[in-house]
Amino acid sequence: MAEASKKMVVSDEVAIQITAMNKWYGQFHVLRDINMTVQRGERIVICGPSGSGKSTLIRCINRLEEHQSGQIIVDGTELTNDIKNIDKVRSEVGMVFQHFNLFPHLTILENCTLAPIWVRKVPRKEAEETAMHYLTKVKIPDQAHKYPGQLSGGQQQRVAIARSLCMKPRIMLFDEPTSALDPEMIKEVLDTMIQLAEEGMTMLCVTHEMGFAQAVANRVIFMDKGQIVEQNEPREFFNNPQSERTKLFLSQILGH
Amino acid sequence: MASPLFVRNDMLPPLPPPAGERGVVKWLRENLFSSVLNSVLTLLACLAVLWLASFILPWLAHSVWNASSLAECREKIAASFGPEAAGPCWAVIRLRWNQFLFGLYPQAEYWRPTTAAALMMVSLSPVLYYGLRRPALNITVTMTVLLVLALIGLGTDWGHIVLSVAIMLALMAVAATAPKRLLWLTLLFPFIAFFLIWGGPIWTAVGTLAGFVIFALVWQFVQKPLGVVVGAGVGLVVAAIWWTSLQSSVTGVLAAALPWGLPYVVSDNIGGFLLAFVIGITAISASLPIGVLLALGRRSDMPLIHSLSVGFIEFFRGVPLITVLFAANFLLLYFLPPRTNFDLILRVIIVVIIFASAYIAEVIRGGLAALPRGQYEAADALGLDYWQAQRLIIMPQALKISIPGIVSSFIGLFKDTTLVALVGLMDPLQGVTKIVRSDNAWKGLYWEPYIFVGGIFFLVCFSMSRYSMYLERKLKTDHR
Ligand SMILES: Nc1ncnc2c1ncn2[C@@H]1O[C@H](COP(=O)(O)OP(=O)(O)OP(=O)(O)O)[C@@H](O)[C@H]1O
Ligand SMILES: [Mg+2]
Repeated sequence: MAEASKKMVVSDEVAIQITAMNKWYGQFHVLRDINMTVQRGERIVICGPSGSGKSTLIRCINRLEEHQSGQIIVDGTELTNDIKNIDKVRSEVGMVFQHFNLFPHLTILENCTLAPIWVRKVPRKEAEETAMHYLTKVKIPDQAHKYPGQLSGGQQQRVAIARSLCMKPRIMLFDEPTSALDPEMIKEVLDTMIQLAEEGMTMLCVTHEMGFAQAVANRVIFMDKGQIVEQNEPREFFNNPQSERTKLFLSQILGH
Repeated sequence: MASPLFVRNDMLPPLPPPAGERGVVKWLRENLFSSVLNSVLTLLACLAVLWLASFILPWLAHSVWNASSLAECREKIAASFGPEAAGPCWAVIRLRWNQFLFGLYPQAEYWRPTTAAALMMVSLSPVLYYGLRRPALNITVTMTVLLVLALIGLGTDWGHIVLSVAIMLALMAVAATAPKRLLWLTLLFPFIAFFLIWGGPIWTAVGTLAGFVIFALVWQFVQKPLGVVVGAGVGLVVAAIWWTSLQSSVTGVLAAALPWGLPYVVSDNIGGFLLAFVIGITAISASLPIGVLLALGRRSDMPLIHSLSVGFIEFFRGVPLITVLFAANFLLLYFLPPRTNFDLILRVIIVVIIFASAYIAEVIRGGLAALPRGQYEAADALGLDYWQAQRLIIMPQALKISIPGIVSSFIGLFKDTTLVALVGLMDPLQGVTKIVRSDNAWKGLYWEPYIFVGGIFFLVCFSMSRYSMYLERKLKTDHR
């Protein structure tokens, strides 16, 4: 994968600012004192062992989960109980799930036009043109009139990416987008994501695809037990990990 | 030892599947005589069917269609088939079919419920096939033809036939040019049907409709600043004020100025299948939206709405329908402002709606629970608000899953309409039959009316069940 893609512009503008954020599930302290800043245009890969809180962290960013203390500011809007703020942030932030979560009762095209039409109030015709544009970009324009159940996993995930892009989000969140896929399909989804990165999208990506991290990430964040244990520029992170926990994790996932 | 190496040099072309055995003999062998036990069971079942048929078929063969009394029937059967023979006397149905259909509804006004029935089928078309011209036209044309035949058969005067046909032709024009507009007929149909069936001044129906318009307007207005739920509440209160204290004086003035209307038919005279359909169809169409709201309320995070919904659902599922029917008969009057003359049929319809909504709510809740959490999350992540997510993502899927349960509830509900006999209404099964048998000529008649009424109920319920299966197939998009 091309090293060149990493030379992309990262602006000084702050896209996401998380300060002293904590979250509990009942008595269980899942996220502990999280501090991180994401600049616009940055591509961040989050990795860590199962149960370390990676999903919870990125789900807090569009308020699919509520945090209990600290501050999350997305695109200048602080996430509080205010529904208006939440809806504003959600329409700016796209999310791609591990299990795609396409709407099975709608065609691919309808999946992609639904939110623009109802949330952004875009006229149907324009929404359909945008949808076809992004479906072409993820290389499945010919499937537009099928239903999700008729597509392969990799195709479904690319539709899910296109569906998010149709909202013209400024930030994209990915939660293990390839881990429910067969190896052959992983590549087609990763290619789509790399292309997106090359266009300067701000991306936060939970993934164990270390090749992807090395190719496009500006920064890799390693989490364990609800905390950020280490973060670094990818080459340093992989070649020269600092903490024992990181070394162990890397030896496990790269070792075989 | 030979080398394990294997290399395929030429790829195999795909072949059609083998033809296999076909035909009746194969089907019989596979399905009925696949083992000794199955063969024995098949033979036993055949014997049982033959045994039953040996009683029923001769009985049916002795049918008498022309007679003016039960005694005459018996004589005819005895004359043709011997003194021991028994047989059904369908003559009673031939003579009294109109009471089975309409109860004691005045003969001269039969055109009104009949036209209402045709309008109902037309107003169903946008629900079943929204915006599709072909089915809308098909239904409208078919219904016009059937309506003309029925009206002529019922001996309607020409003036009313022309009037009804004119209405149908107007609807045909709408169906041909703008089938989506037919949805307006669907919205107005309850008021049109109410006016056609009960009669009285047209202003009563218009006034009731005005209450709903007021509700919708207030809701729209209040919803912006205060939210959907508060808006609906305020709208309901304002509409209730209109219905209870303003409507009668306003419509009274209008009726005095413009005395348009139809002869009034008292509820005591509305009976037979007309009554069953009025109660059944109103309850079916109203209980679905109310059931959806109750199901959402039960899953709501807001404690007040949650507990109200749970209380409502559990209470009405916990009491027998007969109890709420008696309550409609006696209790409901105490809760209404004094001197409101609230029709018994309307009261019964209201309690049946409430009762059915509780069941539908639970069926839909099952459908909601079956949806994966990811659907809610994806809707949230795209920025859809609660009502948009419910309407566009959650409900279409939950309702689809619930179709078999919903239709079962509807079928049960339709059959339960016969229970209204217990509060003195003239249902087709007991009410009309009792009237027919109280005639000296037909005293002692037993099977015939029940078979006839049962047959019609079966036809209606069976059609509902087939339609639900068609709907399930049509909506199947998940390809799992
Ligand atoms: N709704 C919930 N209620 C209670 N505990 C939860 C809930 N969701 C997650 N957890 C717990 O929180 C912890 C972090 O979960 P999370 O899904 O964020 O982990 P993860 O790092 O994404 O793991 P994986 O790699 O397996 O996806 C886990 O221990 C999990 O059991
Ligand atoms: Mg996870």
